[in-house]
Amino acid sequence: MTHAQAGHNVPLPQEVFPIAYQRGPSGMGPRNARRPSGSAAPMRPVAWLIGALGELLVTAGVVLGLFVVWQLWWTDVEGARAQSEIIAEMDWESAPQGPATAPENHGPPPVMKEPPEPGTLFAQMFVPRFGDDYVKPVAEGTDKATVLDTIGIGHYTGTAMPGDLGNFAVAAHRTTYGKPFNQIAELKKGDAVVVRTKKTWYVYKVTEAKIVYPQNVEVIAPVPGVTDDQPMPELTKRFITLTSCHPMFSATERYIVHGELDYWAPVGEGKPKELVS
Amino acid sequence: MYALLWRAIPGPGWFKFLVCLVLVFGVVAVCFTEFFPWLSEYMPFNDTTVGA
Repeated sequence: MTHAQAGHNVPLPQEVFPIAYQRGPSGMGPRNARRPSGSAAPMRPVAWLIGALGELLVTAGVVLGLFVVWQLWWTDVEGARAQSEIIAEMDWESAPQGPATAPENHGPPPVMKEPPEPGTLFAQMFVPRFGDDYVKPVAEGTDKATVLDTIGIGHYTGTAMPGDLGNFAVAAHRTTYGKPFNQIAELKKGDAVVVRTKKTWYVYKVTEAKIVYPQNVEVIAPVPGVTDDQPMPELTKRFITLTSCHPMFSATERYIVHGELDYWAPVGEGKPKELVS
Repeated sequence: MYALLWRAIPGPGWFKFLVCLVLVFGVVAVCFTEFFPWLSEYMPFNDTTVGA
């Protein structure tokens, strides 16, 4: 649309300064002078390449940003959903409800004999300090792809089974992938960590929390703290060890929580008092 | 580059825009379900296993 068509009486610039708008051999004249054809002239190859490179870089930046979104947010959305589905699908007989709580047994508890196959669910973990409705599945092994990223809590292969003499040691993400141990640093001495197998409640009490380097694997030894080159004393205590990454969003160190078995109870006799709010 | 894509899509402007939205959604979906899970295995903050 030209000015004349729009009904204006203002003259066009090239009518006022015709000399400046003449395109001479030297290419003089304003850069925004109308091109004769009215459409964009074909870009030179170099200019096109630079433009394409710029677009690629912008795209790479957006993809990197999306990766951060995926890692920090989406894995959590998926993980939390998958873990609550797993708990629902386990469909274990629920403990009798009611005011009565399960009687506390302080003798040797029944213990699962053989550890299950890697990736197999065998327990649930309840931590009242993490919330009244906190329950996460526990599976054998600490493989990222099959256990930690997908199921939640992983049992270190070779460590004791729940309730057994030695150290029932588990690992879970502190951030991302459903972050089962997100609040691990909030555990205080005396807090309950309840592990349930199909038939039995095992109620552990937190004794100690510390931060170690990843190579300090003695934290999951049958007696925590006894390194490989030391003789292992006779097992008399039933420990639990929770391990997770520290600091948050990093794998530089490990946050460790130790506990000891307080009592056990058959599931059929009610819920542990720690889980009755 | 993207200008070529824009010109390659037929139809009026609003239709091109819709097609682009669908394309972007598809690319993000592939990233979230295939590319990023694969890429994450190579990220140092996900390398949590010692020894083994």
